[in-house]
Amino acid sequence: MNTLFDKIWDAHVVQHVDGGPDQLYIDRLYCHEVTSPQAFDGMRARGIRCFRPDKIFCMPDHNTPTHDQDKPIVDPVSRAQVDTLAANAAEFGLTHFGMMDPRNGIIHVVGPERGLSLPGMTIVCGDSHTSTHGAMGAVAFGIGTSEVEMVLASQCILQPKPLSMRIRIEGKLGKGVTAKDVALYLMQQLTTSGATGYFVEYAGSAVSSLSMEGRLTLCNLSIEMGARGGFIAPDEVTFAYLKGKEYAPKGAEWDRAVAHWCTLRSGDDAVFDREVVYDAADIPPMITYGTNPGMGMPVDGTIPASATPKALQYMGFQAGEQLIGKPVDYVFLGACTNGRIEDFRAFASVVRGRHKAAGVVAWLVPGSWEVHRQIVAEGLDQVLSEAGFEIRQPGCSACLAMNDDKVPAGKYCLSTSNRNFEGRQGPGARTLLASPLTVAAAAVTGVITDPREMI
Amino acid sequence: MKQKFDIIESTCVPLPLENVDTDQIIPARFLKATTRDERFFGENLFRDWRYRADGTPDPGFVLNDPRYGGEILLAGRNFGSGSSREHAAWAIAGYGFKVVISSFFADIHKNNELNNFVLPVVVSDDFLKELFATVQADPTARVRVDVPAQTVTNLATGRSENFDLNAYKKYCLMNSLDDIDYLLEQRPKIEAYEQENA
Repeated sequence: MNTLFDKIWDAHVVQHVDGGPDQLYIDRLYCHEVTSPQAFDGMRARGIRCFRPDKIFCMPDHNTPTHDQDKPIVDPVSRAQVDTLAANAAEFGLTHFGMMDPRNGIIHVVGPERGLSLPGMTIVCGDSHTSTHGAMGAVAFGIGTSEVEMVLASQCILQPKPLSMRIRIEGKLGKGVTAKDVALYLMQQLTTSGATGYFVEYAGSAVSSLSMEGRLTLCNLSIEMGARGGFIAPDEVTFAYLKGKEYAPKGAEWDRAVAHWCTLRSGDDAVFDREVVYDAADIPPMITYGTNPGMGMPVDGTIPASATPKALQYMGFQAGEQLIGKPVDYVFLGACTNGRIEDFRAFASVVRGRHKAAGVVAWLVPGSWEVHRQIVAEGLDQVLSEAGFEIRQPGCSACLAMNDDKVPAGKYCLSTSNRNFEGRQGPGARTLLASPLTVAAAAVTGVITDPREMI
Repeated sequence: MKQKFDIIESTCVPLPLENVDTDQIIPARFLKATTRDERFFGENLFRDWRYRADGTPDPGFVLNDPRYGGEILLAGRNFGSGSSREHAAWAIAGYGFKVVISSFFADIHKNNELNNFVLPVVVSDDFLKELFATVQADPTARVRVDVPAQTVTNLATGRSENFDLNAYKKYCLMNSLDDIDYLLEQRPKIEAYEQENA
């Protein structure tokens, strides 16, 4: 009761359906090319137009190649899916940031950075990592394609109201510990289903101290604990980030908006269905050893005896083993989890003055063209290039390998992405999740390395 | 696909694994389709567990075990975690399953099943264990899912449990109606909401 989640959710309830879910009004729908074509087909079959086309933004990201984006996509199936989104956006009168548009990138990177995702909004997309936008102080969550069609048709979805949960992290994060490590720690503590049925509010001094980029990373991974979404009450960090962004309110409208956003916080008397508290000092740099994101441990730890045999067999590891010193074949910096400017700064801070290890294939993929421009503007491209790394073009890339960036069977990839499921980065690929610092450390040493020794 | 639910009585396919994520149900490389061809997705259900790298069926996987079949999938705890891809529900429906029984479902996938006329039935961990034991001991054992009564019964032992299903969704499933049909009728209320909150 009286939680920020209640305030935002309840303000968007059009009606309670008898004996059923809430009919929830949606302020922003994002569509990417993978989970939308069948929804647009449904609209055509019903012979209807979008109810509120100005609230819907489309962009391809999953299939886009990370090189030669100015040329047609080579894979005809990927090309068809990307072209279909452009055609659907045109037919239904929706804003579309196509490939090579300077605003294009991963939908969950672009929404916040263009000021499209704002505090107090309800935001959905046919993508489980829509929880990312919660960092702006919004109720944002992933939906299926049928639900995408509901929003196209009515700007609403039918949804049972989730329970509320607050996760407080108090204190100061240690050296080399990032928002990614916090999230991997929470998943390890709570398991991948520990927050299922809940909407999470992240709070506490360690959370308030995070930059906007760090908050986006933390909220991004809410779904990996099973939570429908996760958010952080908006504050000065949020407002400073949003001010001047393309779609953010301007002038007097900005002042009115900020005055309203300042009211968006849980009451002192707020009652959550569940509340957990962690000490920031207990959180080390983390790494995963298994085949779901909850199978994590301290980077310098040993694989627990309780580890699932099926997962260890897939990964080629044994219980009781350390991962430090194990060779990696690929490193991936990017994804909606860690494809923002701060992630590239972190990676560059480790590799500066060092050189990429021989034999390691490195994919550095900015989350958007905006991030790409920032990398160049800050001269990070120079630092990375001198260390033997190349910046690619933006997209989801090796996070789920729908483009050409696939990790071969049996190879190890240390990755800043969000999922280490079997085959996620390519059939048979073995993924270990970690922070940009930990990935950078392995990129220059060729083996899994404690990033604290490198910074 | 849209269908009317009433009473389903069937043998079951047991998949006693926990935390089955939607990347396993349908791998990302099959998400490039731009149509909703359930047969295509059904043919690729559990693709990388069902087939070896050379494309031949893996005889160790339950979908390739000739003893098992039916309209009910029995699955371990936390079924459908991870990606929101509705293609996973299309694959389950396309393969021919009408019901998935587990002790716990991931939220988004559960909604996706319901929106595709696949019924997720949540039972207790203990009952799920019994169902697995029954079906693994006798693949011809039948389970009855009674949607009007909201009960699931192990016909071999007679044990039965109630399951949750909200009245609205139950009405939709039993009358072959989907949420979009409902929402389209609500447009005047949505316009009124917009005016109040402008």
